[in-house]
Amino acid sequence: MTSRLGGSGLRLAYERRVVADDLTVAVPDRSFTVIIGPNACGKSTLLRALSRLLKPAAGAVLLDGEDIHRRPARAVARTLGLLPQSPTAPDGIGVAELVSRGRYPHQGLLRQWSRDDERIVAESMAATGVADLTDRLVDELSGGQRQRVWLAMALAQQTPLLLLDEPTTYLDIAHQIEVLDLCARLHEEQGRTLVAVLHDLNHAARYATHLIAMRGGQVVAAGEPGRIVTAELVEEVFGLPCRVIDDPETGTPLVVPAARTRARQHGGRA
Amino acid sequence: MIVIRTPGGFSLRVHARALTVGAVGTLLALAVGVLAVGHGDYPMSPADVLRTLTGGGSAAEQFIVVELRLPRLVTALAVGAALGLAGAVFQALVRNPLGSPDVLGFTQGAATGALLVVVVGGGSTALAGAAAAGGVVTGLLIYLVAWRRGVHGYRLVLVGIGVSAILTGVNGYLLTRAPLMEAARAMLWLTGSLDGRGWSDAGPLLVALAVTVPVLLACGPALRMTELGDDAASGLGVPVARLRMVLLAAAVLLVSLSAAAAGPVSFVALTAPHLARRLTRAPGTNLLPAAVVGALILVVADQMAQRIFPQQLPVGVVTGVLGGGYLVWLLATERRAGRL
Amino acid sequence: MVLSIAVGAKPIPLAQVWPALTDPTAAEYAVVHEMRLPRTLLGLLAGTALGVAGAAMQALTRNPLADPGLLGINAGAAAAIATAALLFGVGAGAGQIWFALAGAAAVTVGVYAVGGGRTATPARLALAGAALNAALYSYVSAVMLLDAAGLERLRFWTVGSLAGADEDTVRRVLPFVAVGLLAALAAARPLNALALGDDSARALGARPALIRAAVIVAITLLCGAATAACGPLVFVGLLVPHLVRVLTGPDLRWLLPYCALLAPVLLLGSDVLGRVLGRPGELQVGLVTAVLGGPLFLWLVTRTRTARP
Repeated sequence: MTSRLGGSGLRLAYERRVVADDLTVAVPDRSFTVIIGPNACGKSTLLRALSRLLKPAAGAVLLDGEDIHRRPARAVARTLGLLPQSPTAPDGIGVAELVSRGRYPHQGLLRQWSRDDERIVAESMAATGVADLTDRLVDELSGGQRQRVWLAMALAQQTPLLLLDEPTTYLDIAHQIEVLDLCARLHEEQGRTLVAVLHDLNHAARYATHLIAMRGGQVVAAGEPGRIVTAELVEEVFGLPCRVIDDPETGTPLVVPAARTRARQHGGRA
Repeated sequence: MIVIRTPGGFSLRVHARALTVGAVGTLLALAVGVLAVGHGDYPMSPADVLRTLTGGGSAAEQFIVVELRLPRLVTALAVGAALGLAGAVFQALVRNPLGSPDVLGFTQGAATGALLVVVVGGGSTALAGAAAAGGVVTGLLIYLVAWRRGVHGYRLVLVGIGVSAILTGVNGYLLTRAPLMEAARAMLWLTGSLDGRGWSDAGPLLVALAVTVPVLLACGPALRMTELGDDAASGLGVPVARLRMVLLAAAVLLVSLSAAAAGPVSFVALTAPHLARRLTRAPGTNLLPAAVVGALILVVADQMAQRIFPQQLPVGVVTGVLGGGYLVWLLATERRAGRL
Repeated sequence: MVLSIAVGAKPIPLAQVWPALTDPTAAEYAVVHEMRLPRTLLGLLAGTALGVAGAAMQALTRNPLADPGLLGINAGAAAAIATAALLFGVGAGAGQIWFALAGAAAVTVGVYAVGGGRTATPARLALAGAALNAALYSYVSAVMLLDAAGLERLRFWTVGSLAGADEDTVRRVLPFVAVGLLAALAAARPLNALALGDDSARALGARPALIRAAVIVAITLLCGAATAACGPLVFVGLLVPHLVRVLTGPDLRWLLPYCALLAPVLLLGSDVLGRVLGRPGELQVGLVTAVLGGPLFLWLVTRTRTARP
């Protein structure tokens, strides 16, 4: 397994509050890696460190073997894209205008809008299915549409690596699946490496090719979902008694929480 | 949107409406300027003014235009442009339509500097210098207090408001310490006035504009990226913390030197970027249109201050009253739009 | 309070304060009764008014940074008074307080319209208030500029001072502050319910619109009267509730009375400090509260989480 992005011996902290210590992760190339774990386990913090929003207090995040904080910001931005959890769209901005901002790391004062820029923006919008929204204002869109527009912006950045922080929050179930299907397609068709933080364990198990399970700032398990998602792991990571069955649609692991009565028995035995 | 491309791989992208607004605004400001130069105890027709400006006219006309009236006009244009630019930068930095230097304490800092000179006693050069120094020191102070792993918008706002409230108290006190005549002079300065401005007043500000405008324009694209949020901007490769520092420094410099040139003319920095945005209908920050609109506002306000009332008013009274009205309207509409 | 009577241009030993108050033949009787006592009483009234108004505003807007000074309510009263002085020649006296009340009312309603909504964060509300403050301040400056006599009087008044107090001032302010206080204290219980949100309050049997109206009237009376008497003072209304909250917790039934007690202590303390530091003259109390309160405010917004948007 080769890996362009990873970190070792990471200590991640906000001010004096240490979230994770001596954390080591590697993102396999061309994988759709999903980070899961209970609230406050450090999964979003890890993503922030990988995307150099947070500088580790110890250790280093390496991109292509080089400390990510020592490389020029724009050079990193041409390799590594990021879709943050709650980006803000400026008032009155149009869809095409927003997507075109993804070209920023490729532009300069004298190279503001090349034919490549134009082509790539159009392609990104087509790939995310927002081409017909070109002339709309972002404010007018539904939650799912808006998230696809933001994905289009991240795609227009044309980075081999793309990090997504909870791309499905605030979306209803249909839009969640729509966005995740889109991510899976981008991963398969364009061969990009995707790293996402997801809340829903079953979504993670269905879409990920590589799963990183975290608890208390540590990686508990990492690997192919089919191999690592077991009732024991879920109990260990989330403290949730459950059964793991095969997803009737895809054959991937499906986590079914134990019923209340059974959980009590289970708790009693433990 | 207009795109200009050259064979060498260079390309420029220009917002068409912003370009039009900028051009029309500049022409209007210059036209009002020509009228302004023609106005006074020795009235001149616009044609005479233009002829004198291009080197014609009698020696007396040359003196009146170049030495007496032109400096005032140039100061007005420069102060307006500087305030418009600074306002646009501040509003982008704090991500709030009300984030202007009048509100965040920078103007009060300049006033404190100037009042100190009034109390201690000193000429107008010392006053201008102290005002500039007061603004810069206040800017530095606010930055240091608000700094914590970079300066975030809301903390800058709150610290600025706090500092501004303290300085307002100090300024009021200083005003009571001055003799009445001096206090009246200080009030005039505090309101912001262009009366009797010469080339020496405009000079430092023009230099500052020449230095900061290229810097700000170079930062423009990165500044627009920060509108997407700090995280998204970082993801696009914008060094957010460093960008903020550069922008803040440039804006504080512009505000301080305009205060030194004309006193703290209120509300130009608040209104100019808004009007520019409304006129251009372009989303986000537009630095140059804001500068043009700022210059236009100040020249027009100065003309109103000179002509509407029987006695000449300082330009700050006009901008204050108009700006205050605009503010009330803005509070109402922004509230309705949910942006407040 | 005793200190406030004792300290001044002519210092009086502490032991003689009581005789000076009660014994008409004592040498200091005149000084105390003509100047120090009214000043102290006024400080008491204004402090109480501002402290309670601040606490009520913070509860009403559910915003920890609400302060009658920062949000421009005192400046509104100031602008109205300046206008009155310029247009109608109304000087310090009976007329002034009505203008102050009108100005305070206008701004209170305006700020509430902006700040009462759910979308307003502390920072945004503070910003709206500061912008209003700046507008009103530049207006007051303009008025002072047009009217030199007004400048002479108003420049002292706009700093905020207890110095001009006499018995008349106290007597004029007293009824307004008393009514305002009663209204605020009466609203304490229902305001507690309102703190949980309109829907919960209604479920608990409170009537949100009525409570709000009562509180706005109370704030207007308190701020208007305090400003008319001693000029716009900042930070008193902001800081006192924060200090008191440490002692009492968020229950307004305790918070408001304690604010009413502690705020005058703070204000009189600042006044005494101003007189001690400024000898042989004095520093206006407005300057002292701004310089003392300002750093506390900065500490509050930078070191705590109150200010998170």
